[in-house]
Amino acid sequence: MKNPHELIEKNVGLLTVLILIAISFGAMVQITPLMFQQQVMEPVKNLRPYTALELEGRDIYIREGCVGCHSQMIRPFRAETERYGHYSVAGESVWEHPFLWGSKRTGPDLARVGGRYSDEWHRVHLRNPRDVVPESNMPGFPWLEENTLTGELTAEKMEVFRGFGVPYTDEDIAGAKAAVQGKTEMQALIAYLQSLGTHLQ
Amino acid sequence: MSMFWTIWISVITLGSIIGCYFLLRWCLSNKTGVAEGESMGHEFDGIEEINNPLPKWWTIMFYITIVWGLIYLALYPGLGSWQGLWGWKSSNQNIQSLEESRQARADAAEQGLLVQYDRELDVAAEKFDPIFEAYAQVPIEELANDPEAIKVGQRLFLQNCSQCHGSDARGQNGGFPNLTDDDWLYGGSPAKIKETLIMGRQAAMPAWLDAMGEQGIDEVVAYVLSLSGRDVDQELKQAGKARFAACAACHGMDGKGNQALGAPNLTDNIWLYGGSQRAVTETLTYGRNGVMPSFKKTLGEDKIHVVATYVYSLSN
Repeated sequence: MKNPHELIEKNVGLLTVLILIAISFGAMVQITPLMFQQQVMEPVKNLRPYTALELEGRDIYIREGCVGCHSQMIRPFRAETERYGHYSVAGESVWEHPFLWGSKRTGPDLARVGGRYSDEWHRVHLRNPRDVVPESNMPGFPWLEENTLTGELTAEKMEVFRGFGVPYTDEDIAGAKAAVQGKTEMQALIAYLQSLGTHLQ
Repeated sequence: MSMFWTIWISVITLGSIIGCYFLLRWCLSNKTGVAEGESMGHEFDGIEEINNPLPKWWTIMFYITIVWGLIYLALYPGLGSWQGLWGWKSSNQNIQSLEESRQARADAAEQGLLVQYDRELDVAAEKFDPIFEAYAQVPIEELANDPEAIKVGQRLFLQNCSQCHGSDARGQNGGFPNLTDDDWLYGGSPAKIKETLIMGRQAAMPAWLDAMGEQGIDEVVAYVLSLSGRDVDQELKQAGKARFAACAACHGMDGKGNQALGAPNLTDNIWLYGGSQRAVTETLTYGRNGVMPSFKKTLGEDKIHVVATYVYSLSN
């Protein structure tokens, strides 16, 4: 062949395959080794799995799209750690499936919001944020207080998480329904929020 | 990172860069069988593809990026466990506890590693620590006359306290006290304000529904409202006064409260959860459990001193 370049230029299929191979080098270097690093698989010392109620709260957090406006990832910059606390580390997220790090901060980061406010503050704030923070542009979530949890699926969810390697005991799973049943979605969400970021001690 | 992954990353990364170099060299020679400047044989609408070499400026930039990439990988930690000639990293990442975080910082300082985040903290500490340390030496009553200190305290307040107490520090209905009115739940002396900030507070107003019944609560509500000069049903008030002994343990026989317990003064017409008949009834029926979180970990004692000064200055 006079011009080997012509072979690639005139074969879209071959061009695609070669592009995929070229791109995969990046993934092989950046992603593959990370999956085998001890620091992304070993939980921080005080990490505990979410309780049944917190786990339900986490699902409400996902359902209401909180992650669209709140990140859960404190980056190692002083400007962030002064406001939010110690930067997030990999060992805090090993039992997160999927993780809720987010990528947008319309509201503040919530990675260490646990213990920052009282339960009552969260209740008032979630119902109508402007009752406590007049400048806030966060929507209210008043229905959380009206909806009660049945706990029908809680045990099953915990089973799924156990499949991912989260160390739930049989007792945890057996008691899941009773721990959740009759609680409001508000209580679940607040329990989840109050647990965030409290395990790095 | 293990030796295997270090080799894996190094071989692929350096191989790609060297591969790019040879690809560029290969593309620079004319392999088309057409002389430079001649037509490649395509023509459309009078526009012809000419066999031109790669532009010189573009080729030079390509060489520069290759050299740049190699220099970067030598200086910075890009190749597995290679730490880079500068010993630079953005932060100490392999941490399982706060103790390990402190340890990693100390180790990095000892080994002379350039940890970007630690450096940011050091620079800030050098600049700001002396200021806060100097403030911490001055008693709050005195510091309250220093407009600079008040400004610093206000900034810290806006960032950490305004979510509950409001950006004007006037509080919010629903259990978030006004800090400007010189009416204090736990005491307004500088020492008490500081204590509140450092330790946090946990109020405990019990629910009285079971003990008093709805009728009993109506009676006590009438009596409590009368304490701040409201017009109430006299019969209910008298009955409520008899029941108030149960409340007096915390709020005092005269209803003036007890700052040691955080029991509010009921006679001053300042209401934490609202002073309507309905709000007071709710308070008595279900109880209240106000929480002031501790800010010791978030701010540290020196900054708390300045925040306390700001809060003190609001009503003094």
